[in-house]
Amino acid sequence: MQRVTALANIPLTIFLVGALVVHAGSDYTTMTGFLGNPFIGVLMLLLIFSACYHMRLGLQVVIEDYVHGEATKLLALIANQFFTLTIAVACALAVAKLVIG
Amino acid sequence: MSEQSKPARPLSPHIQIYRWTLTMMLSILHRATGVALYAGTALLAWWLLAAASGPEAYAQVQAVSSAWYGRLVLFGYTWALFHHMFGGIRHFIWDTGRGFDLKHVEILARITAFVPPFLTLGVWVAAYVYLGVL
Repeated sequence: MQRVTALANIPLTIFLVGALVVHAGSDYTTMTGFLGNPFIGVLMLLLIFSACYHMRLGLQVVIEDYVHGEATKLLALIANQFFTLTIAVACALAVAKLVIG
Repeated sequence: MSEQSKPARPLSPHIQIYRWTLTMMLSILHRATGVALYAGTALLAWWLLAAASGPEAYAQVQAVSSAWYGRLVLFGYTWALFHHMFGGIRHFIWDTGRGFDLKHVEILARITAFVPPFLTLGVWVAAYVYLGVL
């Protein structure tokens, strides 16, 4: 899944960077209007889930390589799960509200 | 550090021993940018939650993102994104079993190291054009 999400992240992050560039000068109404578009919402949700899945796996490898104490390692791995899930849920809820209102 | 990190046996040479190479630095940077991007998703969540919360919350995000330090962080984030993406593409090429000979390893390393800074600059020039500053 590390590779699958990596592949998905390429077009999805290019989409987000492109959208942010085009909306560099946009005000609140324009930006929320853009993010409220269901097609954009789908892309945002895909990006959120793919990126969060990818970074959970990635940091897990980093933790396993550099954190040596058993208890510390376990805590770090749990914190990794909590953080990535929290980011995913927070972003997804925000996107859902922007699309559905 | 726990006692596990000091085993009673000879250790293999660690990074201080070796002469620095570009491929080595990229390997470290791939992880470092990965960790930075990880932490930075908190900013993505803040931005989206603020947009969903209302104009006041969104104005706070805009205040920070348009301040010099906000711009600096976003600029660094853009670079980290491209750098990590190119590092990932390099790994995809290796996954196909190609690009392992020294010549191609070096070519791929140079592309990964030197193209992302230009892409980052390009993105920011484009953003400033859309802002109407350039």
